[in-house]
Amino acid sequence: MNFDFTEEQQMVRDSIARFVQDDYDWDTRKAIVASDAGMSRDNWQLFAELGWLSIPFAEEHGGFGGNIVDLSVVMEELGKGLVVEPYFPTVVLFGGLIARAGGEAQQAEWLPRVIGGEILGAFAYVERQSRFALHDCQTTATRSGDGYVLNGEKVVVFNGEQADHLVVLARTAGAQSDRDGLSLFVVDAAAAGVDKMSYPMMDGQRVANITFTDVKVSVDALLGEEGTALPVVDAVVDAAIIALASEAVGIMGVLNSKTLEYTKTREQFGVAISSYQALQHRMVDTMMAYEQSKSLLFKALCEYKQDPAMAAETIHALKVLIDRNGKHVFGEAIQLHGGMGMTDELDIGHYAKRLMMINTTFGDANYHRSRYIETTYAA
Amino acid sequence: MDTAYSAEDLAFRDEVRDFFEKAFTPEVQNSLRSVDYKEAIEEWQKKLYEQGWVAPNWPAEYGGTGWTATQKYIYETERSLAGIPGVVPFGLVMVANVIMAYGTDEQKSYFLPRILKSEDWWCQGYSEPGSGSDLASLKTKAERDGDDFIINGAKIWTTYAQYADWIFCLVRTDNSGKKQEGITFILIDMKSEGIKVNPIISIDNHHSLNEVEFNNVRVPAKNVVGEVGKGWTVAKALLAHERTGIAGVADVKRAVRVIKEVAAKEENGGQRLLDDPGFQQRLADIEVELMALEFTELRTLATQAAGGFPGPESSLLKIKGTELQQATQELLMEIAAYYQGVLPTDRDSNALGHEFATDARRSYMYGRAATIYGGSNEVQKNIIAKYVLGLE
Repeated sequence: MNFDFTEEQQMVRDSIARFVQDDYDWDTRKAIVASDAGMSRDNWQLFAELGWLSIPFAEEHGGFGGNIVDLSVVMEELGKGLVVEPYFPTVVLFGGLIARAGGEAQQAEWLPRVIGGEILGAFAYVERQSRFALHDCQTTATRSGDGYVLNGEKVVVFNGEQADHLVVLARTAGAQSDRDGLSLFVVDAAAAGVDKMSYPMMDGQRVANITFTDVKVSVDALLGEEGTALPVVDAVVDAAIIALASEAVGIMGVLNSKTLEYTKTREQFGVAISSYQALQHRMVDTMMAYEQSKSLLFKALCEYKQDPAMAAETIHALKVLIDRNGKHVFGEAIQLHGGMGMTDELDIGHYAKRLMMINTTFGDANYHRSRYIETTYAA
Repeated sequence: MDTAYSAEDLAFRDEVRDFFEKAFTPEVQNSLRSVDYKEAIEEWQKKLYEQGWVAPNWPAEYGGTGWTATQKYIYETERSLAGIPGVVPFGLVMVANVIMAYGTDEQKSYFLPRILKSEDWWCQGYSEPGSGSDLASLKTKAERDGDDFIINGAKIWTTYAQYADWIFCLVRTDNSGKKQEGITFILIDMKSEGIKVNPIISIDNHHSLNEVEFNNVRVPAKNVVGEVGKGWTVAKALLAHERTGIAGVADVKRAVRVIKEVAAKEENGGQRLLDDPGFQQRLADIEVELMALEFTELRTLATQAAGGFPGPESSLLKIKGTELQQATQELLMEIAAYYQGVLPTDRDSNALGHEFATDARRSYMYGRAATIYGGSNEVQKNIIAKYVLGLE
């Protein structure tokens, strides 16, 4: 039993931390978020050169061959820096889906380009009515000649504005909420019939609502077997939730240490506010919230590494705890920073907003608590 | 990052499971529920001693098991799965660690084997009528008289003092310096002249707490552990030593299992209590926090096993553990509904319909103490604020 990170993991951690410290200070990040693209392609190239984009992919495709712990380390460090470059949508989701669902030829076609930083990707899965139910899907893909024709709309597609290619979840058979009959397609974001409406989110991300009107794709665009996508998507989402929880843990740690430092320097009534017991106890509570979140993340990592199926219940629990503790931690961070915590200028509120988006991505606490109850309390 | 069991671990788990199955017989279980708790638990501890497992946390040289962190975890998990109570901590866990770290060779060779064999029953003399969580304000006086100390004062909340052969005490040997200075850790024979034990009946209607009065009690100076006047250091080392296990994770896990069992049997108008959404949500929230706490404890265990000093995560074990204990006790009381109020009588509790209700009431009422003893949870937060967060 050990909860240590390997030397290699420590090196990756240090290299991202160094990047955040040297090249991603708060003003730089603000400028990137405000820029036309909302991200830096130069940074993306740098990520490719430093090997970060290769972490979860198999060596045969030029990947690092990393496991879930390696990915967790990357996400935690990116979280600490509130890095907006689309690592999660491109590497974890787009790359993750191709690596898991794609055939040999498809992996060989796409993964080296993801790893090399040549393309940005996105996963188009949310629909207006679907909330967190991945299988609630109205977008259709109809067999036509030697390919498929896609019709429908996806909303809040992370990295939807910049993505060059999309993996689209579409229905090839069945009714709107059937668990069977779903398929995954790789679609060129510039293909005829693909229309994007982009907009910014509160956490600095650029997303898009994307409509597909008679979009023709070849049969090679289908990832895996037709009609069997849901279990594959669920599996990628499990890894994605662990990745997001890692990012959230990174953010909670930063919020706690920034708040602690602030209360030591901020004086009221002639003393540092950190000397007040009421505030001290609240910071002990947020420290516990952070450590507990980290512990449950470690449980998910250990189980997933051993066998992803083993982690299923823990992943629901993790999403519940991250949501609850994340809100607790950022709520206290804002409160203890007082009026300063209310300003857009300070980074505290931005960390809070990223935590809120993490909470809602792939299901909030309520949703996952219900899933947990469903699977463990059934008669 | 790895918690996978090796083949040896799995074999060990089977060995532990097998032993518990054979040794923790229905007779043993019944005797532990009977009136003579002392005799029953001592008998069980003697069985563990014969097996060589009574002291998982002792080094092998003193008769401990020499287990790895994983093995200790497996043992605790299996113990709770089988519904087996933990050992009485005052001797085997608390004073034994102090004697191992600070005791003389004579103290080690006399006391440790007796503790291991459950020949002596120990109790803890820390709190006093005037000092609660402010432990260092203690006033029980020890005055030197030749080769002895003369003890005067009183200790309170002393669990099972009525059974005890020995009490380990913090006493004041010097009043001149800071209040943490001048405290001495001393071992006192409960049969000494001048000791009086006054029972305190607690809100669970039981007698486990006591006040212990010391009236000119003569104690040999060789019973001091560590240096005279350095008792505070000794006491703090004891606290740091026993962080793991303090959360009671294994026992909360068992409580959750019991809750699920009984909530699946209880019905409101035909709906299982376990299907009530409000109930489900509260139970699930407890489980989520418990899963995290289990790994907080494992992180502490792994660090200690690797010879490191436990990190900040270890400091929350007491607070979170006791909160979860109380949360499960509360749920169990609610499941018992009207029967939560039933006091033990000579009638068969099965005939009353709810066997678990009596236990539920006792654990709930006595369980209020968990956030008070061992340094109240509020004091725990003061300590964490100061020593972990560096706040003055």
